[in-house]
Amino acid sequence: MNPYGMAITLVVFYVFSELHARRKAFYTNPVLLSIATIAAFLWFGGFSYDSYMESAGILKFLLGPAVVSLAVPVYRGLDTIKAYWKEIAAGITVGGTVAILSAFYTAEVLGGSSNVLLSIAPKSVTTAIAIGISEKIGGIPSLTAVLVILTGILGNAVGPELLNVFRVRDRVARGLAMGVTSHGLGTARILLEDEIAGGVSGLAMALNGVFTALVLPYLIKIL
Amino acid sequence: MNAYRGLAIIFGFYALGEFTSSAFNLPIPGSVLGMLFLLAALTAGIVRLEWVENEAELFVKNMSVMFIPPGVGIILYISLLKSQLIPVVGAIVVSFLVTLITTAKVVELLRREGR
Repeated sequence: MNPYGMAITLVVFYVFSELHARRKAFYTNPVLLSIATIAAFLWFGGFSYDSYMESAGILKFLLGPAVVSLAVPVYRGLDTIKAYWKEIAAGITVGGTVAILSAFYTAEVLGGSSNVLLSIAPKSVTTAIAIGISEKIGGIPSLTAVLVILTGILGNAVGPELLNVFRVRDRVARGLAMGVTSHGLGTARILLEDEIAGGVSGLAMALNGVFTALVLPYLIKIL
Repeated sequence: MNAYRGLAIIFGFYALGEFTSSAFNLPIPGSVLGMLFLLAALTAGIVRLEWVENEAELFVKNMSVMFIPPGVGIILYISLLKSQLIPVVGAIVVSFLVTLITTAKVVELLRREGR
C-alpha cells in the first residue's frame, strides 16, 4: 500500500486549515480547496484515483464510525429537543422533504440525468450521511460530497443575510432553517450570531440526516 | 486502555448497523442505523456517556478531513459534470433558497401560534 495518498491529503488539508484559521471566509473552506487541489494534482500529474485511494481510502472508511459518533451530540441535546420538539419536528419534516423534492425536480426540469438526480437529492444533509445515502440509492457519492459542501458554503456565505431579507427574526426558526438547509457549514455560521440558534441548528443537522436517510430511499422510488 | 472501550463501542455499533442494513436488505446506510442504536443504548443506560464521549468527539470534530478522499473522486466524473453543469448548479441554488425560506417560515409560524 503506497503512503502517498494519505500524506498528500493530510499535508494539503493542514495547509488550507491554517489558511482558514487566519482568514475565516466561505471561499477559504479547507475541504473544498483541498479537494480541488488534490484533484488537479492527480488530473494534471496523470495519477489514478485508485492509487490515491490506496491509503487515503482509510479516511473515507472512518466516515462510518464518525456518523455513529453523532449519537453523542444528539444525546447531549435531548433537553433542547424536548424543549423545542414541535418546531424541530415540523422544521425537519417540511424542510427535509422540501430539500429533497426541490433539488430533484429542479435538476430534472433542467435536464439532469438520473444518476445526477440521485446524487443531488441528499445534498442538504451532513456530508458523511449524504455520502452513505448516495451510495445506497445508486447516486455518485463523489458528486454528492462536492454538492453537499457547495450547499454548505452557500448557507455559510449568504444564509443569515437571506433570512434577514425575508424578515425571519426568530432565533429558533433561523437556527432550524440553517441546520436543515446547509448542515455543518450553516451551523458554524449561525453559531457566530447566537448560541441558541447554533445549538438548534446543530441538532437539526444531525436529525435531518437521520430523517433523510430513513425517508429518501423510499421517497425516491415513487419520484 | 480507556480509549479502546470507546473505540470498541463506536466500531461495534458501526458493525451492528452495517450488519442490520445488509441482513434485512435495508436501503438505509448502516452508519445511520449504528448511530440510532448507539443513541438508544445511551438513552436506555446500557452505554454510559463517559465511556464514549471523548472518542466520539474526536471523530465528530475531525470529520471534515474524511470528506476529501470521496470528494477527490469527482475527477472520475469531470465529463459528466461538464455536460450536467446547468441542472447541477440550478438545482443547488434553487433548492437552497426554497428550503431555507420554507423551513424558516414554517417554524416561525409555529412559534407565533404558540405565543
